[in-house]
Amino acid sequence: MTRTPRVVACAVYMVLLYGFIFLPVAVLALFSFQDGRFPIPPFRGFSLRWHEAVLGDADLMAALINSLGVAVLSSLLALALGFLAARAVATGALPGAAAIRAALTAPLSVSYLVIGLGLLASLNLIGIGLSLATVAVGHVVINTPLCFAICAAALGDQQRSAERAARDLGAGEWQVMALVTAPMILPALLAAFLLSVTFSWDEFIIAFLLSRFEVTLPVEIWSLLRSGLNPKTNAVGSLVFLVSAIAVLVVELAVLRRR
Amino acid sequence: MTAGIEIAALSRRFGGTQALAGIDLTVAAGAFCVLLGPSGCGKTTLLNIIGGFDDPDEGRLSIGGRDMVGVPAAKRPTTTVFQDYALFPHMTLSENIGFGLRMRGWSRPDRQARAAEMLGLVGLPGAGDKRPGQLSGGQRQRVALARALAVEPDVLLLDEPLGALDLNLRRAMQEELKDIQRRVGATFVHVTHDQEEAMAIADLIVVMNDGRIEDAGPPERVYRAPRSRFAATFLGDMALLPGVVRAGQVETALGPLGDAGDVAEGTAAAAGIRPEHLSLDGSQALAEVDVVESHFLGGHRKLRCAPVAAPEITLAVHRPVTVEARVGDRLTLRVDPDTVVVLTR
Repeated sequence: MTRTPRVVACAVYMVLLYGFIFLPVAVLALFSFQDGRFPIPPFRGFSLRWHEAVLGDADLMAALINSLGVAVLSSLLALALGFLAARAVATGALPGAAAIRAALTAPLSVSYLVIGLGLLASLNLIGIGLSLATVAVGHVVINTPLCFAICAAALGDQQRSAERAARDLGAGEWQVMALVTAPMILPALLAAFLLSVTFSWDEFIIAFLLSRFEVTLPVEIWSLLRSGLNPKTNAVGSLVFLVSAIAVLVVELAVLRRR
Repeated sequence: MTAGIEIAALSRRFGGTQALAGIDLTVAAGAFCVLLGPSGCGKTTLLNIIGGFDDPDEGRLSIGGRDMVGVPAAKRPTTTVFQDYALFPHMTLSENIGFGLRMRGWSRPDRQARAAEMLGLVGLPGAGDKRPGQLSGGQRQRVALARALAVEPDVLLLDEPLGALDLNLRRAMQEELKDIQRRVGATFVHVTHDQEEAMAIADLIVVMNDGRIEDAGPPERVYRAPRSRFAATFLGDMALLPGVVRAGQVETALGPLGDAGDVAEGTAAAAGIRPEHLSLDGSQALAEVDVVESHFLGGHRKLRCAPVAAPEITLAVHRPVTVEARVGDRLTLRVDPDTVVVLTR
């Protein structure tokens, strides 16, 4: 008899928790289908016109392509740098490996605003103009520590001893990395890459500070918001969420499948 | 196909520990050499240096007459069977075995044919499409061996490869290893702390302790005429009776024993006697003893005896199981003088 209230309490708690997390996204997505000019209750009926408007908006679509390009390229670079650094630290032969590890992961705790401002100041100092490339540089800065941490956690004694065996059988360092180390931690590499992609995909502050004429999707959405609330912003917001959700889902599947 | 190993004055230090101190060793081409010693004796360090995973601080190492110091593992005519097998989990057995050949530029069909042949050699025919995760420990061991042998190394290094196997499998694998070594003809260097294993498979036993070689030679010579106290007691059981050389024999608490040969008069030495050489019917009476412990060990009965004249000494004796022996029995032990070993180191 005492168990039922506990189960009910747990269920209520769970519903509240998930509601708290997902309700804003659900509301956003719902009102992107609003048949009317304002994304606010009451819900007046179902329509795809705002989604059509988004897909037909040349500026938004250009920003979406920019975002994808920046996300994929910056994530590949961050993954390459993070993987190489993790491998160097994991061999154990590096002097000061603990300090290097700390220095590489520390940027995870620095606010994006600070990183963005710092990069802006540095770029001005060096005299490099702002562009999508500088946004990508900013995203490499924020995602390299993440990729490093994920790769470092995946590299252990098993990889080290397999690498040793590969060298013993005649493999050069690049062959060891490409044929043994990377395939052995493939799920971690995939997880690191896709998490980087999602972080870059919806990152705003750095992209805002470091871009000029060509912008990424979050920056374009922000300029859209300045002209007032509109179901179109909901539609594009749901689109952003959908892409992130798919990436996270792939990460989950990639990692869980191997367990 | 096969090559000898020459090691001279080799030393290796890790921080404050002397892992290897002045190692001199020659292994003939095609020999089965076993490095035997307790953990921490330097045997694995020596194997790592031969394999190219570590460099000596001093000394020379050559394989087949070629100087090897500073040559990376990938460029040495050696391959290794690692203690943890170190198979590549993301590759099939066939790909694992073909890996070294791939590094040497073999085509895929040639690699697959060779892998199938090697799987046959190690007793796993037709298993090429499996993955390491589907195998038992003993089977992984075989694949590791096949992978290392596939590239036809001059020297195969084995780092306690049987350590993780249960006893029956271990004894069976020893025979198989010996058989495979005869067939492929490569020089094998095998590290173990199991003295039975060492005697069963070695052409050359190298007994190591504390970074030094205590004794090196064919198993029978090392067992029957060890060169040091450590080698005598690590390889089998031996009672050591301390004494001093007088008139060509070792003067011990149980009287003069052994043949000291040309050892100088007055040198501190020990007379060593193996348990199986103590009996009730040898040609020389040794001592009257009391049985202190008696253990039934299946093939024989192992007694621990204390001489009445020198009770601080313990003598191990092997007796047939058909003869009763109880604690407290008094026996007169005899020995054949030519089985007594004189040890000065």
